[in-house]
Amino acid sequence: MSAAIRFLTRRKGGKGWHWTDIVTWVWLIGGLFIMFGPAVWLAFSSFKTPQGLAEFPPSILPYVTQQVKVEGYEKPLMLYNAKMPDGSTRVLAEVRRIGIVSQMVDPKAPGEVIKVNIGDRQPVREVFFATENYTQPFMQFDFFRYLWNSVFVTVTATLITLIVNSMAAFALSKYEFKGRNLAMLTILATLMVPLSVILVPLYSIISTVGLFNSLWGVILPTVATPTGVFILRQYMLTIPDELIDAARMDKASEWQIYWRIIVPLTAPALAVLAIFSVVWRWNDFLWPLIVLSRRELYTLQVGLSIYAGELNVQWHYILAMTVVTMIPVVVVFIFLQRFITTGIAGSGLK
Amino acid sequence: MGSITLTNIQKSYGAVHVLHDINLAINEGEFIVFVGPSGCGKSTLLRVIAGLEKVTGGELSINGERVNDVSAADRGLAMVFQSYALYPHMTVRQNLAFGLENAGMPKAEITQRIGEAARMLEIEQYMDRRPGQLSGGQRQRVAIGRAIVRRPTAFLLDEPLSNLDAELRVSTRAEIAALHARLRSTMIYVTHDQVEAMTLANRIVVMRAGRIEQVGTPLDLYNQPANRFVAGFIGAPHMNFIEGALESSNGTHMLRTAQGDVLHLPQSVAPGAPITVGLRPQHISLSNDQSGFAAQVQLVEALGSETVIHASAFGTKLLAIVPGQRRISTGDTIYLSYANAPLHLFDQSGLRIATVQTEDGHSPTFV
Repeated sequence: MSAAIRFLTRRKGGKGWHWTDIVTWVWLIGGLFIMFGPAVWLAFSSFKTPQGLAEFPPSILPYVTQQVKVEGYEKPLMLYNAKMPDGSTRVLAEVRRIGIVSQMVDPKAPGEVIKVNIGDRQPVREVFFATENYTQPFMQFDFFRYLWNSVFVTVTATLITLIVNSMAAFALSKYEFKGRNLAMLTILATLMVPLSVILVPLYSIISTVGLFNSLWGVILPTVATPTGVFILRQYMLTIPDELIDAARMDKASEWQIYWRIIVPLTAPALAVLAIFSVVWRWNDFLWPLIVLSRRELYTLQVGLSIYAGELNVQWHYILAMTVVTMIPVVVVFIFLQRFITTGIAGSGLK
Repeated sequence: MGSITLTNIQKSYGAVHVLHDINLAINEGEFIVFVGPSGCGKSTLLRVIAGLEKVTGGELSINGERVNDVSAADRGLAMVFQSYALYPHMTVRQNLAFGLENAGMPKAEITQRIGEAARMLEIEQYMDRRPGQLSGGQRQRVAIGRAIVRRPTAFLLDEPLSNLDAELRVSTRAEIAALHARLRSTMIYVTHDQVEAMTLANRIVVMRAGRIEQVGTPLDLYNQPANRFVAGFIGAPHMNFIEGALESSNGTHMLRTAQGDVLHLPQSVAPGAPITVGLRPQHISLSNDQSGFAAQVQLVEALGSETVIHASAFGTKLLAIVPGQRRISTGDTIYLSYANAPLHLFDQSGLRIATVQTEDGHSPTFV
């Protein structure tokens, strides 16, 4: 423990503060807020009521104004800390507001109406987690259908990605053929072409082959990833050629060499690519939005967007469902981060 | 079954010629060793025979059948690789079974063959381990086992001992020799270590720069090297070479070096021609009296049973191995003799002219 503290408080300047110590601390703490701030805000805000979300200035924790049931009034009333003319503070329930004057009653003695200037009252607030943000969409919103679509797209696309990319990587790393380097360069070059550039031609291809409004239309264009081919090829280059020669002497067909030697030995790189692919496909929004126009085919990311209507954005549901859709990706990161870092280090790619 | 014939085999990678017109007939059951310095093409030749590299010219036949276009899998050969090339994700048992499974062999026979090989190589207790959990020597046995279970026409071994430590190398070498005696299959063994070549081979093929320099039994190569390269390569430490011109006068024949030193020869070969005389370190002895030739000691390696003397004489460096332990130290002048020694004479292009035997008492002195 003391070693940890010593480590954390270690400074370049020894006892004093070197300017790099200050920069480091500011940089790291700033980075922490920039990275984690939005995530923390998202998680807490997903538990806020619509009123809580609309509040200004915004708060981090989800607060609601306390309510109380007062005799003689049908609806529960909001509780306020009201400043009395004599300077004392009383907890009162608001009956109604007229202009800048609030009519209030003491919950213990509801007979007398006290008029308080609205500037002199502060709501009594408590931390309250609006779990209905989560439960409501599960009932109304077709969450499980969207979830199924997302899972289907993610799993199928990842499996096909692994198979197709590893085959391409095997050929590009272990076979000598004319134009091998050119093929590799071409594949790498496509890394530089963003989806938005090829959106229109891709759309016309998909609609011509009749995959419009089909989950396969979402899956198939994404399965051949240059990043995946590159990661796997770099890894396969490290598998000694003698192993393949040995397998050839052992009467293995090229297919068997691929399936029984190369694929098992590439497992670490395949794991990395699988993680990447799951994250990519799960988070895909633009392409599914374009291909899918029937509501029952929506993936989660697209489904979420329907909460943003033209007139009314139901932020509390969007936030809650965003948290839900983030969970698989976060879990993947937490448990498989070791593979991800080795994968990034191994390929020099993001 | 197991004869392999190479006729004018050529191999080139683009414009780079790696093998030039290799002609070799390997008999059934023979232990052939390809030896040569690194980059001489011996491993390439082995891979060509294995079918892992395509020949670019000539004809390769196994048991009389042309196999130029037969794939490696169908040539019926088994190979032991330098790195062993064991499949790291499979257990020893799976490694041994892989080739047999691919050949579609019934399970019972696979089990029986693996059991047999495991017993023979004493690897039974490691059968369920992975190669990563084995020591170098154990991996080596598994690699050989993988070849044995195939019951191949011929074994191809590519420097199988180079990854072992010195002690294990000696014992494994003996095991390979025993294995050959037992299996009586043709074995082709590639090494750059001439001691391995000498101890294992029925016949040695000495290669240099993609050409065969000499083929012969180990002692043939040792006693009658075809050229200066083979003479220098076979035998450890390497042979001493003294260059000079032949002179004959009054019935005595001698070699005169550029420095004017003279080496007496028992007979003349081609007077006037510049030649090289090869003399093995083991054939040089110390003269107790001051006969023989004087040499300046530069370094003494005392190995206990013998003493290796690095000396300079005849204007060149000379190695001599004398039995026992001697009181000689750096800087001493000693007298060496080559009485009763075979002298290997090579012409200017390095080809062998003759091997002549010096006689006792013929050991010359300085003139």
